[in-house]
Amino acid sequence: MTVDPTSAIGLSLTVATAATALAFLPALAVAWVLARWRFRGKAALTAVVTAPLVLPPVITGLFLLRLFGRTSPLGAALADLGVPVVFSWFGAVLAAAVVGFPLYVLTMRSAFEAVDRRFEEVSLTLGAPPAVTWWRVTLPLSLPGIAAATVLAFARALGEFGATAVIAGNIEGRTRTIALAVYALLDAPDGDAQARPLVLASVALSFGALAAFELLVRRQRTRLDLDDG
Amino acid sequence: MAEPWLELEMVVRGAATRLAFSASAPFVGVSGPSGAGKSTLLRVLAGVERRFEGRVTAFGERWSGPDAVSPWARGLGWAPQDAVLFPHLTVRDNLGYAGRGVDPEVVGWLGLAALLDRAPRNLSGGERQRVALGRALCAQPRLLLLDEPFAALDPELRGSVGRATASWCRNHGVRVVLVSHDADDLHAFDADRWSLGEATSGGVVASFADHERP
Repeated sequence: MTVDPTSAIGLSLTVATAATALAFLPALAVAWVLARWRFRGKAALTAVVTAPLVLPPVITGLFLLRLFGRTSPLGAALADLGVPVVFSWFGAVLAAAVVGFPLYVLTMRSAFEAVDRRFEEVSLTLGAPPAVTWWRVTLPLSLPGIAAATVLAFARALGEFGATAVIAGNIEGRTRTIALAVYALLDAPDGDAQARPLVLASVALSFGALAAFELLVRRQRTRLDLDDG
Repeated sequence: MAEPWLELEMVVRGAATRLAFSASAPFVGVSGPSGAGKSTLLRVLAGVERRFEGRVTAFGERWSGPDAVSPWARGLGWAPQDAVLFPHLTVRDNLGYAGRGVDPEVVGWLGLAALLDRAPRNLSGGERQRVALGRALCAQPRLLLLDEPFAALDPELRGSVGRATASWCRNHGVRVVLVSHDADDLHAFDADRWSLGEATSGGVVASFADHERP
């Protein structure tokens, strides 16, 4: 068996990028709600949002399969629209987005919570209504944290395996990302040699993403004036 | 005596703070030790304190309760005790935040001209306090809320800034509520007509009296 390492690496990058982009606004909204609103059922919402972090990804994949499978109303509707989810590129994107969602939300939530409310309060008294205050004060102050969350979610999406395997399968050129390609090569006779560039690429991408994350978190601290008196 | 423009009764939940007064002089000063609820009084007037019960009427408008005027519609300039300058904006952008420009006159007597392009984190405590005051003034408020406004200034500057602020407020018809634990802050703000109150620590009604400076 042969796999095309370039295709796998390229696919990993496009799937992770698409997943991160797809989940950005929902994650931002949920993070904001969890950071600043008080309401009944907040604990339940937190649990649902964080579940994919602790559930075995295979189980998450199974849930997605039930939700988006061809026999489900949602899956059938999407297939009719020309966006089939099962065994498709979009399925891989969806799996990566869902599995990366908890890290996305939790990191963004911390970014919002780190913004001192007094900045927002002063802004309100200076004539800026809540939406304007959010745009001019809250967002800029939490921006490095939001960027860090995006990098982290991207890194997690890059490494996604279990849920992707269940819902998107392991199709060369369509859903066979780095992780799935390496898995496919495990049993192949010359698998080790073929897997080597993929392993190297995976390690490099992961460490690059984590270094970027660290850098952005530091910028967040500077921006919030936490590094001096 | 003129009609009061500010009437307030407040009880802070979970704290032993009670304040009640009405003010008719354009300048209101409240002194008292820390913990007496002075900063909370300003937060109530700013419309950002939710943990209180009571009634606030200012300029004939309701400033408390469910139909209270929003903080952004009150016409405020609030200089909080520790400045709370926007850390991502320069001094110039902090001053102009309210969208009414940066008043060169204010910049002049607050001595901020050389600081305009600086970031707040590179300012001293006294500089931050002057920028916070300038930001409140550049909003062209009808009510200025000052929390220990001159505490971080050296004595000389305190006198000149206090006098200039008072005369600016007089000339622009701006009402002021100034709170401080330090009577010198009240004296530095060189106003001729005061409603002066004194808060004391622990479950208190401030006593209020109108004063005219000779």
